[in-house]
Amino acid sequence: MRKLLLFSTIIIVGIIFIARLFYLQVYNKDRYNIHKDNAIKKVFVYPKRGYVYDRNGDLLVANQSSYDVMVIPSKVKPLDTLEFCNLLKIDTSEFKKKLRKARVYSPWLPSPLLKHLAKEDYAALQEKMRKFEGFYIQKRAIRSYQTTIGANVLGDIGEVNEFNINKDSYYQMGDLIGKQGIEISYEKTLRGQKGIKFIQKDYLNRDIGPYKEGLNDTLPVPGKDITITIDSKLQEYGELLMQNKRGGIVAIEPSTGEILAMISAPTYNPNLLVGRERSKNFTVLYNDTIARPLYDRGLQAMYPPGSPFKTLNALIGLQEGVVNPNEKFSCSMGYRYGNRKMGCHAHRSPANMNLGIYESCNAYFANVYRRVIDNFETPGVGMDAWSEHVKSFGLGNYLNNDLSVGQPGKVPSSRTYNAAYGKSRWSTTYTLSNAIGQGEILATPIQLANLSAAIANRGHYFTPHIIKHIENDTLPSNFTTAKHTTIDKTHFEPVVQGMRDVYTKGTAKYVQIPGIEICGKTGTAENYTKINGKRTQLTDHSIFVAFAPMDNPKIAIAVFVENGYWGSRFAGKIASLMIEKYIKGDITRTDLETWILNHTLEHEYDKPLSGQPFDINGDAQIMLKSDYDKQHNSILN
Amino acid sequence: MYNDHRKGHKFDWITIVIFLLLVGFGWVNILSASQEGVVTDYFDLSQPYGKQLVFILLTFVLIVLILSIEAKFYERFSSVIYMVSIASLIGLFLFGKNVNGATSWYAIGGMTIQPSEFAKLATSLAVAKYLSDIQTNLKTLRDQLRSVLIIAIPAMLILLQNDAGSSLVYASFFFVFYREGIQQVYLIFAVIIIALAIITLKFGVLITTIVAAVVLAGLYIFKKKKKPSILQPLAILTICIGFSFGVKYFYSSILKPHQQNRISLWLRLEKDPEKLRQMKQTILYNLNQSEKAISSGGLFGKGFLEGTRTKGKFVPEQHTDYIFSTVAEEWGFLGSSMVVILFVILLTRILYLAESQKNQFSRVYGYCVASIFFIHFLINTGMVMGLIPTIGIPFPFFSYGGSGLWGFTILLFIFVKLDSNKINEW
Repeated sequence: MRKLLLFSTIIIVGIIFIARLFYLQVYNKDRYNIHKDNAIKKVFVYPKRGYVYDRNGDLLVANQSSYDVMVIPSKVKPLDTLEFCNLLKIDTSEFKKKLRKARVYSPWLPSPLLKHLAKEDYAALQEKMRKFEGFYIQKRAIRSYQTTIGANVLGDIGEVNEFNINKDSYYQMGDLIGKQGIEISYEKTLRGQKGIKFIQKDYLNRDIGPYKEGLNDTLPVPGKDITITIDSKLQEYGELLMQNKRGGIVAIEPSTGEILAMISAPTYNPNLLVGRERSKNFTVLYNDTIARPLYDRGLQAMYPPGSPFKTLNALIGLQEGVVNPNEKFSCSMGYRYGNRKMGCHAHRSPANMNLGIYESCNAYFANVYRRVIDNFETPGVGMDAWSEHVKSFGLGNYLNNDLSVGQPGKVPSSRTYNAAYGKSRWSTTYTLSNAIGQGEILATPIQLANLSAAIANRGHYFTPHIIKHIENDTLPSNFTTAKHTTIDKTHFEPVVQGMRDVYTKGTAKYVQIPGIEICGKTGTAENYTKINGKRTQLTDHSIFVAFAPMDNPKIAIAVFVENGYWGSRFAGKIASLMIEKYIKGDITRTDLETWILNHTLEHEYDKPLSGQPFDINGDAQIMLKSDYDKQHNSILN
Repeated sequence: MYNDHRKGHKFDWITIVIFLLLVGFGWVNILSASQEGVVTDYFDLSQPYGKQLVFILLTFVLIVLILSIEAKFYERFSSVIYMVSIASLIGLFLFGKNVNGATSWYAIGGMTIQPSEFAKLATSLAVAKYLSDIQTNLKTLRDQLRSVLIIAIPAMLILLQNDAGSSLVYASFFFVFYREGIQQVYLIFAVIIIALAIITLKFGVLITTIVAAVVLAGLYIFKKKKKPSILQPLAILTICIGFSFGVKYFYSSILKPHQQNRISLWLRLEKDPEKLRQMKQTILYNLNQSEKAISSGGLFGKGFLEGTRTKGKFVPEQHTDYIFSTVAEEWGFLGSSMVVILFVILLTRILYLAESQKNQFSRVYGYCVASIFFIHFLINTGMVMGLIPTIGIPFPFFSYGGSGLWGFTILLFIFVKLDSNKINEW
């Protein structure tokens, strides 16, 4: 017995130790992960972010170096705060606040303390950095815009937030990520792949050399350069024309679907969202809930399309075989149905299709629309057949393109009216506004530009897109295959001719461009706002869609000017100028240009905010920019 | 001498092979734990691994010396060796060098020698000599006290030099005394004292009293024949309560704060998470880092010289007391459990050999060797893997240090020599 005490104790202790080792090393252990080993420092090497060129090869977006002072709060040793703050050019209370914020985020992970140092501050700081333990300087590449235009297209990059980090573990605090525009759409293409170096650290957090001689290190993969479809000269010109107005312009090359220009007004200088001032400026832009500069009106604003939509109804009528281009319908200042009337303006009557289009006769399209719907056994079936035609032009749905924002718009179907009135408790006349592009239909300017491109192509379109070329890569086939509409090619000629006559004899007679056969269609959209909870009508939106030249079109365009009143007053002029600028390169109709540049709509936008009663449409006055500025200054003074 | 040659030196090769394996593998790990950058010269004397390699080579000279001396020498000169060793411990109070708060070293030239590492073997020899004396009877209190005195003198001297860990090693002689015939009641006593102390610290005096009372009442009621007076269990209970208060007082008033903390951590007495977090940064730091290094090793380890936490020197004292964490990090569960198994084999082998000795001196000495190795193994490895409160004593054959290595080697090889001589005994 006595012999066994030590012997059995030894065996028991041996078993306990092996069990403990098993527990520590095999059972209770995450798989060894070098990324979580705090003995190994991970140094990220950021690649160059891809450059952005316009369709003519002009460099729009490049990079510049930026230096952030980073802090790992747990590593901070007592320091000469005053000296450090002097170097950073901040005061001590701000310094303490920032340090506290970093500590709240994480004492162990690096947080940016001060972003985007000025170059000369960086040089001074670099020398003394070793005195301040726990702080280091991180070099990053930020954007350098070679232009002042296209903020809504080019977008910007900014620091990742926790949502980004949780969604994609590629990112870590302080990394930059696309926040708007193409920087979002082509984030992965532009950013490349950051490289990583594993460095063995010791217990005092000193580097003692590469881990496994750099065996696991990866090199950064540079971001790819991209060429976008935008013509920066056209974009710039469009932004100039849209000054002092709100609205959007989208211009597309019909033969490819490439977006030539995409303007949203008001806009801002993309350089505002670079570097140290980014978050301050972004807040200002973001908080401007009246002008909404961050809202892309070309892509996101849904309006009733108005008269340009009539061209589509004419096409549907022809396709369904319910109307002959030469057939005439009478118009007596409107269209009567039951005891109601849809008004029209004074023009020759009766009207065939050509006249109907160029005079934008409401009665003509009311007749055609009714025939289309009533051609089917029930209004419901007719509505759905009509709806399918409309949708084949890309309306009522996201265009499935490469733009970071968008809206689907709205195309009504039988379901819409069944929901509103009850199944089969409505008739065609309930939906008659659709005949003239009012009512339940909503479309964005880019959808209207695409409609125009589809007509220009006589029956097909290419998904509008912004990417023209990616370095060492091909474009997705979605952008290079034609999407066919439900309308046969043969039916387009009368409609195209009608749109041509809008310029020669119709509503756009005064905005002709010599030497260019433009086809277009004016539009006017009623709109409302709420003032103190009361629905109030505002001056109509001015709409214009066009393409040119009539044969082999090079450009299709949609212009939308908020509260610009009738179609050719603002939108038509702008569309003509844009077309001339793109096709000819310079402007012959300088009278139109001067008029657009000299006139403002700011007074219209002030009206609903003024708190005073105001006039709209016909009674509202056109205003010179200089007068507005004078008035405005006097108010300010 | 002639006889020895004729009948041959039957050295126990199993022990020797395990010794060589442990020393060799130990050095590999010291190299890992102490290397910085690329090692160009394994004999670089400015580095622990270089010095240890020299110590190891000198060890072989020592072994040859030990094995060539006649076995009877150790028995005859045990008292002298013990006296010299005690003298060297006393001398420390006059000439000792203070390292990390403990006055345990002589500095001679560029070298330091730690006499307490040699005192263990001297004490073992003295204990073996005394217990094997024909006149010694461990059943008598007088001889028990004398035996305890032999180990208490070096233990107290070492304790006074502020090296509590090394003096605790002498507790291992309890196994020797028990084997050699002290009464059963001492073992029961030891178990009761340990149990009472732990219950007191963990649950307080009141619970201890209740537990003791219930146990005593049970024993009293179920005792069939010859019931003693009721006063007897009451007296025992009173002693228990007194002891319990004594433990409480000792813990809170005599122990230094860092010792208190170690015990409180071991018994999981600290519950406040904020204070625990602070402890992890301070007194728990070593243990925390050591456990991290061990568990990061996984099943197969990170490979020789590839331990990231070893390379970064995250575990303090890693080449000395915490060397086992290097083994565990770089060689994984396979390597670390292999070392544990090697130790268990070594210890049981020594025990087996000790039991087979015909000479009582050799048997007692063998028991001393096994007990001392065992307590080092228990305390050091247990501490590194977080099972035992932090007590700084080396891991035999692994931990860096010349005195330790030589002390353990001499301790072991005197036994190898004695064992080889058993055929000449009768």
